[in-house]
Amino acid sequence: MSPIQRPEHSTNSPLSIHAMTVAYDRKPVLWDVDYDAPEDPQLIAIVGPNGAGKSTLIKACLGLVPRASGLVAFRGKPLDAVRSTIGYVPQRESVDWEFPVTALDVVCMGRYRKLGWFRPVRKKDRDAALLCLDRVGLADLADRQIRQLSGGQQQRVFLARALAQEADLYFMDEPFAGVDAATEQAILGVLREMKREGRTIIVVHHDLQTVPSSFDEVIFLNMRVVDSGPVADVFHEDNLRKTYGGRLTMLAEAAEAVARSERR
Amino acid sequence: MDDPVNFWLDFWNVLTLQSGYNATLVILGTTSLGFASGIVGTFAVLRRRALMADALGHATLPGVVGGFLISLIFGATGPEILPLLVGGACSGFLGIWAVQCLVRHPRVREDAAIGLVLSTFFGLGIVLLSVVQTSVSTQTAGLDSYIYGQASSMTRVDVLTLAGISVLVGLISILLRNPFGQVCFDADFAATTGWSVDRIDLLMMGLVAVVCVVGIPAVGLMLVVAFLIVPCAAGRLWSTRLFDVLMISGLIGGISGWFGAALSSSLPNLPTGPVIVLVAGAIFLLSLFLAPRRGIISSQWSAYRRNQRIAEDHALEHFIDHEDSVSTDGLIKLFSVRGWSARKINRLMRRLQAKHFVEFSSSVWSLTPTGRSRGLTIQRNHRLWTQYLISHADVAANHVDWSVDQVEHVLSEDLVAQLEDQLQLGSTP
Repeated sequence: MSPIQRPEHSTNSPLSIHAMTVAYDRKPVLWDVDYDAPEDPQLIAIVGPNGAGKSTLIKACLGLVPRASGLVAFRGKPLDAVRSTIGYVPQRESVDWEFPVTALDVVCMGRYRKLGWFRPVRKKDRDAALLCLDRVGLADLADRQIRQLSGGQQQRVFLARALAQEADLYFMDEPFAGVDAATEQAILGVLREMKREGRTIIVVHHDLQTVPSSFDEVIFLNMRVVDSGPVADVFHEDNLRKTYGGRLTMLAEAAEAVARSERR
Repeated sequence: MDDPVNFWLDFWNVLTLQSGYNATLVILGTTSLGFASGIVGTFAVLRRRALMADALGHATLPGVVGGFLISLIFGATGPEILPLLVGGACSGFLGIWAVQCLVRHPRVREDAAIGLVLSTFFGLGIVLLSVVQTSVSTQTAGLDSYIYGQASSMTRVDVLTLAGISVLVGLISILLRNPFGQVCFDADFAATTGWSVDRIDLLMMGLVAVVCVVGIPAVGLMLVVAFLIVPCAAGRLWSTRLFDVLMISGLIGGISGWFGAALSSSLPNLPTGPVIVLVAGAIFLLSLFLAPRRGIISSQWSAYRRNQRIAEDHALEHFIDHEDSVSTDGLIKLFSVRGWSARKINRLMRRLQAKHFVEFSSSVWSLTPTGRSRGLTIQRNHRLWTQYLISHADVAANHVDWSVDQVEHVLSEDLVAQLEDQLQLGSTP
């Protein structure tokens, strides 16, 4: 076996992961992950089969699950020094949608940390939150209780909450899960806009077909990083096979995706 | 209670705080306790920790008895509130800690852990209590009131302490509603923005524990959990905003404390805790039926009205399709696809008649001009909607609460115009 090549980690990278291993119950879920996000803003997809550790990767970066070893740095700084510049969109199923809040209340939560322990939400905060809701096209549903929203709308409320964080780097866990095609386009439009504003966005993604058309960079993950880099360079059948193994259906899907990307 | 008039008089006097210093004091205590536990309980429920509070309450018993024994050693002659509460708090926290430890073990689920700790600690407490009662029987009077609660046996200092702590806990909870609410809704997100979720949880459960422990002499350790859960369960029926739910739950808790204490002190030998809980339960039942939108009556009524409106729309559409006037017998044939009973049709026609959509003359039913234009609108909107579903199937799911009348409001003007074009194209081959 060749010795592991470690790239020189740049202090300008919005996210650099260095030899990160994560284990649940002594069983490793992520093994020796190394990754440097490009310096300029990008839309980055993390793809891989179920159980590959995609969610775990971003949760470990965010400090939500403990790392067994390794380092994560954000422009050369540790997480605690840069928390206010990092945004997060969790999976939609992770919260109770019966909770007594309106869409606008949820978006306001993106600003709670800035308000601190005691300060109440003021008009200024609500106005800012309303602008974020407007960007995802939900301004007229601001006062709806969140249970009364459709799945795609709930997902967009989460996106608006992330916008309200005004972060530089975003982690999003399956923001396209269970949304219809129109909502997917709407969300993607917002992500592109965010990228133009100079933000890096890392998305756990399950739909291989839309990777080439929607993302700049891709990380192939299956407990370890199989490969990563610009979509044009690394999104090919060899990597897909290495990531997804011998699963026939996946391979068929992958082949189709590759064919599509080559046609582009 | 042999004289009902006397009872009501008594009750009224206690309720309006005109029944002497002691009764007023008790009401003050239970009202502020109800207020605080309503608010702090809302957070416990939303964080799904309500049963943890139950475990805590039950786990205080061995500590209460232990505290009593220790106070005897130091020369106390009967149950005194401070050692009992300190002892109770200690064993209560031990119980919570035991639950937390058990949950870490992968093969014990949280509900099982709570049940285990709750019953074991309570069993231990009861055994200790029986032993103590048989060995030092003369001094234990009032000790078992900790199980069911007896607010009237509290002293002035007890009550003022209870009230002071309760109000403080309630105010702290309201003040910290943003961090608390955020952790309840989405703890992971809160953590990524830099909140210490552990610290907030500790503070939140600490406030719950404080309310539990100080409330136990008044309402008893068995029922203190009801104080935390019931007001919130009722409050959530009335509003869908956290701040309102907090206020309403606090109010419901306070009212239950007030009325319950007044009731129990105007009836002989009734323990305070259960009566307060019953009052809170009654308020919950009332809310369940009466609350706007989420209450049973309101939601049944609006479902009934919606079905009526839909039936009327259908009837008008059938009339538009049929054009002619129809005899009463002909109605059954006209509406045959709907499978309505003759009685239903009869009532439906009376409603339409009352709205001046149809008229009944020379034994036939026919549309009025208003009915005709209304029917045409419905028909057009239905077609628009169908066309919209066909051409925009992927976005239609977002417009969840649609009714025929709303088509034009739900869809933009441009879209309506576009759909109308498509309709015309579709109808002319």
